[in-house]
Amino acid sequence: MLNNRRLVLAHFWFAFATFGVALLLGAWQMYVRSPLHAWLRQPELYYRSVTAHGSVMGYVFPTLIAMGFGYAITELSLGQTLRGKRWAWAGWWLVVVGSLMAMVTVALGSASVLYTFYPPMIGSPFYYLGVVLVVVGSWIWVALMSINLHVWKRANPGKPVPLPMFANVAGSYLWGWTAVGAALEILFQILPVAFGLKSTIDSGLARVFFSWTLHAIVYFWLMPAYIAYYTLVPRAVGGRLYSDGMARISFILFLVVAMPIGIHHLFADPQVGSGFKFLQSVFTALVSVPTLLTVFTICASVEIAGRLRGGRGAFGWLRVLPWHEPMMLAVAFSFVMLGFGGAGGLINMSYQLDSTIHNTQWITGHFHLIFGGAIVIMYFAIAYELWPQLTGRALSSVTLMKWQLWLWFIGMIVTTFPWHYAGILGMPRRMAYFDFSNPALAPEAITVTMSTVGALILVASAVLFFMVLVRGHRGAAVTPAQFEFATAVHPPKTLPVALNSFGLWLALMIGLTVVNYGYPIAQLLVLKETAVPAVWMGGQR
Amino acid sequence: MTTERLFSLRNRWFALSVGSTVGIAAVAVLIGFVWLPSVQTDAQFAGIWNAICSAAGVPQKWLISTPLTSRVKTSDVVLTPSTLGNADALSIGRGATLSLRCTMCHGPQGLSQANSPNLAGQYALVIYKQLRDYQSGARTNAVMTPMVARLSDQDMRDLAAYYAGLPRPAGYHPASQPVPDIVAVGSPMRNIAPCASCHSAADRKLGSPWLEGEPAVYIRAQLQAFASGDRHNDTSEQMRNVARQMTAGEIEAAAQYYASQRP
Repeated sequence: MLNNRRLVLAHFWFAFATFGVALLLGAWQMYVRSPLHAWLRQPELYYRSVTAHGSVMGYVFPTLIAMGFGYAITELSLGQTLRGKRWAWAGWWLVVVGSLMAMVTVALGSASVLYTFYPPMIGSPFYYLGVVLVVVGSWIWVALMSINLHVWKRANPGKPVPLPMFANVAGSYLWGWTAVGAALEILFQILPVAFGLKSTIDSGLARVFFSWTLHAIVYFWLMPAYIAYYTLVPRAVGGRLYSDGMARISFILFLVVAMPIGIHHLFADPQVGSGFKFLQSVFTALVSVPTLLTVFTICASVEIAGRLRGGRGAFGWLRVLPWHEPMMLAVAFSFVMLGFGGAGGLINMSYQLDSTIHNTQWITGHFHLIFGGAIVIMYFAIAYELWPQLTGRALSSVTLMKWQLWLWFIGMIVTTFPWHYAGILGMPRRMAYFDFSNPALAPEAITVTMSTVGALILVASAVLFFMVLVRGHRGAAVTPAQFEFATAVHPPKTLPVALNSFGLWLALMIGLTVVNYGYPIAQLLVLKETAVPAVWMGGQR
Repeated sequence: MTTERLFSLRNRWFALSVGSTVGIAAVAVLIGFVWLPSVQTDAQFAGIWNAICSAAGVPQKWLISTPLTSRVKTSDVVLTPSTLGNADALSIGRGATLSLRCTMCHGPQGLSQANSPNLAGQYALVIYKQLRDYQSGARTNAVMTPMVARLSDQDMRDLAAYYAGLPRPAGYHPASQPVPDIVAVGSPMRNIAPCASCHSAADRKLGSPWLEGEPAVYIRAQLQAFASGDRHNDTSEQMRNVARQMTAGEIEAAAQYYASQRP
């Protein structure tokens, strides 16, 4: 039962439209700094493009997917009409207006500060206000998810919250809290300078605030993909979810330990003490627990499907899996990319190992592999799953879908593997051009060319993706079958309160934030002479 | 099940989750704040309290020394977008009167015939900062130093407002020529940012002048002065660090290029 189809479609379409533009910008960036192109004579254009690419891919695209998917999950899993439809539309409009405002400002060259803001660089206030609108719009979604869950709980006292909704609300709470860091940074530190009320900024403190957001935002991007792993994949491949309880524990662990770990982005920053860096390094390592739990549970669920299809032996079940199903391909590709990306992530989170690859192209390779690869490929799969429900028309281009997923997987591997290698060679990130004629840099040239080829493959994949969706709108009208999420091997009849509510986990999340961030923030607030002169982008004012 | 109390030590979910979180945090804190710092032999880590404070990031002072004072006078002007505010007509008028003493070198309309910089249309902040630096001795020049000695701060603001309001000059040699590499892309391996990233079309930075149409002799002389350290009023040594790395050919190319550009 999906009543608010237009609402969900509006979220998905605006998300994918911005994604398409940002993807082209990304491919252009890859091309202009490769040896295939002469040095960009206007390097500022490169930073403009990076800012737009990052802002869209980081703030707009995944947020809209999470919101749209969240609204769909609310109706499909709870079986009740979405409460607060008008608010949901208001949230969508805020995100749209905010995105356009930020992007126009960036396009005019007034805010080439990159999506992580990088104080003391200061751009036009309209850029930051645009980002604030996007966040406020998404906070409306956070509130609506909570309200809808409570409405359902009141009507169904004591019953287990359906897993998709439980995970969805966990993701929304994670985002609600993690966005606070960047909001504090923008409202209290950046905007006063951008409006000209102050001329200095405490960039160390600003970076600590941003790190509060910066890492958990990745897990917020990840949530729709993980929800798809647990609640769509087992059903789509003809199996059962191996363990409902394990799924809930994974989402709970993400909620608790994904949040207070962002200082591992600041390992090279002098303003945070080494003790806190180590502490957050430990909690970052803990995030591997829910990730490995998920890999185990989903592999087990898929194995059930394989055995049900007659697969035998240690690996025989793999062969008989429904490889012709787009969802099967998507989850397999996603796991491969998650595996490589996650292994690289273990290097990033290690206090000592990080120093070898800090701020190199390795980092760019890492987060593209995890987000652009493992996560976004599941966004595609989610869209393929939901499209018939949203449009009332069948998606018939299965071959095209498989081509699309294959190309995305190959493209992402070809883009990011050389990127990792270039990082080990020491190639810094955020550079508009490199002097490949220098003997020390010459070996890096081929890696950038390879990544450029990968970027073009990704663009080709995106073209196919849009073709599939657009064809879907024109396909034969059908009455889609009742949408079903995966059922567990042992569906829960009752659950302990801890696995059916969020109070304890939110308390732990906030408590850990206070422990891990309280002192560094308080210290920087109190210390004198930590502010530095702002650097205004886009010229004299 | 709904009667089950969650926030109670008897609830095993509560006890286990809170207990393990606190346990992990405590062990991590012990390792990060006590054990690892205690392995360090530096003075600021001596003693457990010092070690904890250092690991927490409390600023420590362990080097006792008297700071060296530089013999080189550097600029003490702080520029922000609002340093000058909006100039009114009175200020511009006063600036016009004061500028009569500048005309010998900088021309009656701010256009130099003597290879001195053209001032017409230059950013007010730029002119103001240079005047202040001449007065403080951060920048020295046999002609300019005595000229500014008796100017008040308001005089300098007025002069800046006046010159900023004049129309920019036309280039002396308005020929189109390719943008030299040093201007467009700098030299990344020698840590030279492109001239254009602060001084012209690509981007502008607070306090950087536009250079188009300035005399080549002047630009070259300033780059050489920055390179040798004779001129040292640039903020945070930005220009000295760039000019020291530039070759004579690059200096010439930049000077010729900017001199021939229409502002």
